[in-house]
Amino acid sequence: MGSQGGWGQSKEFLDLVKSIGEARSKAEEDRIVLNEIEMLKRRINEPDIPKKKMKEYIIRLVYVEMLGHDASFGYIHAVKMTHDDSLLLKRTGYLAVTLFLNEDHDLIILIVNTIQKDLKSDNYLVVCAALTAVCKLINEETIPAVLPQVVELLGHQKEAVRKKAIMALHRFYQRSPSSVTHLISNFRKRLCDNDPGVMGATLCPLFDLISADVDSYKDLVTSFVSILKQVAERRLPKSYDYHQMPAPFIQIRLLKILALLGSGDKQASEHMYTVLGDIFRKCDSSSNIGNAVLYECICCVSSIHPSPKLLDSAAEVTSRFLKSDNHNLKYLGIDALRRLMKVNPDIAEEHQLAVIDCLEDPDDTLKRKTFELLFKMTKSTNVEVIVDRMIDYMISINDNHYKTEIASRCVELAEQFAPSNHWFIQTMNKVFEHAGDLVNVKVAHNLMRLIAEGFGDDDEGTDNQLRSSAVESYLRILSEPKLPSMFLQVICWVLGEYGTADGKFSASYITGKLCDVAEAHPSDDIVKAYAVTAIMKICAFEIAAGRKVELLPECQSLIDELSASHSTDLQQRAYELQAVLGLDGHAVESIMPADASCEDIEVDKSLSFLNSYVQQSLEKGAQPYIPENERSGILNISNFRNQDQHESSAHGLRFEAYELPKPSITLRTPAPAPAVSSTELVPISEPTYPKETNQAAKLSTVTDTGATELKLRLEGVQKKWGKPTYSTPVPSTSSSNLKTTNGVNQLGQATLSSHSRDVSYDSKRPQAEISPEKQKLAASLFGGSSSKPDKKPQSTSHKTSRLGNPASEKPQVATASAATTELAPQKTAPVQTPPPDLLDLGEPTVGDTIPSIDPFKQLEGLLGPPDVSSSTNSGTVSVTQPPDLMALYGDSSLSGVSSSISNLVPTNLDSMNLVSSSSSAADHGGSKVALSASLKKGPNPQDSLEKDSLARQLGVTPSIQNPNLFRDLLG
Amino acid sequence: MGIRFILLVNKQGQTRLAQYYEYLTLEQRRALEGEIVRKCLARTEQQCSFVEHRNYKVVYRRYASLFFLVGVDNDENELAILEFIHLLVETMDRHFGNVCELDIMFHLEKAHFMLEEMVMNGCIVETSKQNILTPIQLMDKAS
Repeated sequence: MGSQGGWGQSKEFLDLVKSIGEARSKAEEDRIVLNEIEMLKRRINEPDIPKKKMKEYIIRLVYVEMLGHDASFGYIHAVKMTHDDSLLLKRTGYLAVTLFLNEDHDLIILIVNTIQKDLKSDNYLVVCAALTAVCKLINEETIPAVLPQVVELLGHQKEAVRKKAIMALHRFYQRSPSSVTHLISNFRKRLCDNDPGVMGATLCPLFDLISADVDSYKDLVTSFVSILKQVAERRLPKSYDYHQMPAPFIQIRLLKILALLGSGDKQASEHMYTVLGDIFRKCDSSSNIGNAVLYECICCVSSIHPSPKLLDSAAEVTSRFLKSDNHNLKYLGIDALRRLMKVNPDIAEEHQLAVIDCLEDPDDTLKRKTFELLFKMTKSTNVEVIVDRMIDYMISINDNHYKTEIASRCVELAEQFAPSNHWFIQTMNKVFEHAGDLVNVKVAHNLMRLIAEGFGDDDEGTDNQLRSSAVESYLRILSEPKLPSMFLQVICWVLGEYGTADGKFSASYITGKLCDVAEAHPSDDIVKAYAVTAIMKICAFEIAAGRKVELLPECQSLIDELSASHSTDLQQRAYELQAVLGLDGHAVESIMPADASCEDIEVDKSLSFLNSYVQQSLEKGAQPYIPENERSGILNISNFRNQDQHESSAHGLRFEAYELPKPSITLRTPAPAPAVSSTELVPISEPTYPKETNQAAKLSTVTDTGATELKLRLEGVQKKWGKPTYSTPVPSTSSSNLKTTNGVNQLGQATLSSHSRDVSYDSKRPQAEISPEKQKLAASLFGGSSSKPDKKPQSTSHKTSRLGNPASEKPQVATASAATTELAPQKTAPVQTPPPDLLDLGEPTVGDTIPSIDPFKQLEGLLGPPDVSSSTNSGTVSVTQPPDLMALYGDSSLSGVSSSISNLVPTNLDSMNLVSSSSSAADHGGSKVALSASLKKGPNPQDSLEKDSLARQLGVTPSIQNPNLFRDLLG
Repeated sequence: MGIRFILLVNKQGQTRLAQYYEYLTLEQRRALEGEIVRKCLARTEQQCSFVEHRNYKVVYRRYASLFFLVGVDNDENELAILEFIHLLVETMDRHFGNVCELDIMFHLEKAHFMLEEMVMNGCIVETSKQNILTPIQLMDKAS
């Protein structure tokens, strides 16, 4: 309470704060602040303001800026205050300056001098204040002005100064790494500082240094490990403890550093195993901070060279996180799962339900984190479900930043794992429709290329089918009201290339549609350009096929409109279209060959086909072409030699105009004749028909479209469309293995499983909540079935009926619940009915051993279209299905299932010990209670009363308007 | 860099303290504060204390009428930041005694001084309450 006095605030200031505190709206607050600004502007420039008063003004300026108004009129006074002798005023001045100014502000230069002076002060608090300012205000240019002094302060007797000096160096490193390269050894030295605060601070710059260059710091591994060990063993002063946890923030930073150093380095990692194991064992899992350290441990373990034992511990903690009711822990759990999956891809399967829960959670944060996880675990068997989910979510959100991200992820997954062309196109349509303007242009080009090239199969039929299905879907989509520009470009291009290819749609129908597109987007030149070019292609194909082209009236009016367009590009295209219409079939065919977008293009850079023309021109007396480099050489020479000769320098001037020629100018130089100028575009499009191209050129019909097509293709080439990789889950021969494995499990684990089932299902989630939809979703996510969860309600009834069969139940329960047990020991309430969980994904494998094929077949019927893998395997259904369902447990293979079971059992036992030895308070819901209890402050009525009375004395009465102002934060 | 900004905002969305560790213009700050506060206020108690915003995350915690918001890089340990917020509140509480919104408003500079001790260059550098408060107490005595 003593702090209330001593900083003597005036009634005026208290009134200001009070009125701001009680402002009910932003508008009211703005009014108050604007009045304040007027007042300050008047008063702050008065002469002889007492220092205390000035300090108050400065704080009021801080308020003004904090509430979003400009206070630049008072900056200079803050700068002046840094000169003050009083520590409090000086520090307030520095504070205000760091809040007001960025490092490139003009006023900084006025402060550097003060900082230099203060760094030499005898009062260590002044030095600290200056160092704090150094961290905020010194930019690359001013580093040298203070660097020597800062380095000197690294050896200061006060630990607070050493700590701040090291952070100042850290800042210099961030600003300009080269400025401190010769001082790196200081960071290493300070790591051994005998003050833990300095050591802890030094970890910050070291983390940055190590991220930039891991190899140079491998020698520090043992030091970091020993520091971490000492911290974990509570060797640091008690004041670093936080909620009974020894220096957790230092532990976390050390773990981050170790994760960097141990990544891909077996030897370094082995040094860390013991201490990491210790932390896993000792860490208090009932507090938030304990869990934060545990989470960092998981991150570390998943980054360093894997140790099976540590991974087990990590998996155990992860599953505890996932089972928690606390959303924060679930969030960390999902993230931990994602990290651990990199090391052990099978780990996610144990937590299918938890993952589905998080995916369905209304909490966006959790959902997005889960999408991140799904993104990492996508494979060809579950890509459809995952991408569908992602797209649904993408449609539902407004946040453009995230929309872009998730759209690009959808595209990436679709490109990598698409089960069929058709699906790919449908998916891309959806992505474009809903996030078209947010996706990368390359994606559009890739899509066009895919449609043009097909999958590279020799089978023309499928490619054509793909194209016509694309055309059909696009014609349908065109009726949608608002489509993104990028998508329209794709649509126009595809319609132009393939709109009439299969003969289903007439040329006039397609051109009509294209005209509609152009008309509907009067302000989008790119779309209009695509549309008119597409119309030209359609017409060209018609002419080439010998049919007569009757332009629709709206088409004609479009051409007329574009011919007069402000955009020269559009004009050109319109004129080209008109020119094409006037040509005969043969000429048109060579300008615009049908389906030629996939032809390889050879660019004849030497323009050799022009040789004869050039020759002719030369014979007629034209100037020979002088290559660019020679030209500039001449220019130089002429400049050198004839600087004072007017005539030749005038001659040189001619060259100067060409000093920076654009490529097109270079091309044009040898050919003064206007007819030829258009050739520059032509030869590129059809190198195979050089003759015809020349001909076309003479007719001055420039196939600009050819050029556009070229551009598209070339840009898209970078990303190779991957062929779909069908994971052939299991060779059919191994199904016998499966049976035996299951048999063994059934016998060996019957008792265990029944026990663990009881325990695990009781935890938090009443089994009734596990809806059949979720199971289905889980099945499709974690397994291979491509059935949609919500479409087939009937299939669920089959599931439940099958669940009645205990024989088929047990083995799966054993698998999953084995992992779920560790939470369990405290809970022993039995469960009446075995819950329907996703484990029935695995069920059909069992069903294989058991003669209950009927429901299976029914299910098969319900599922509708056979899923991908079964169609690719192309065997009979009964043969292909088991391996497919096996894939439910991951794309691993049979051995994955059996091994995961055997691995899990010991883990399980282990974990039970662990849990019982650690505190029984695994209930994270209560962690907050524990936190506030540990504070032992609580609402102290006397304190509050005192504060209240003081506030009254000062004239600040808690009004009804905002009584919260007086409520204790920790109350 | 770790921490990008620390904001104290009350439940009416009024800023009570703002410290940025990267430079933003006044307009950018205003927009950012508005967006984030709207996002955080819309969330329920049960939901995560973490919100993704653009390319970073906001970790927030509510105390009575005040929200503490910390913007962090994506690779930061969210739960640790959540506890860091609590450490900050505990530290303020030790200094002010049953700290409330008005304490912070009346002693804005002190609240800033505490933050200056705890966070430098966007990194948590000091977590010992004693070390954080000593300079402030010394200043109290001197003035």
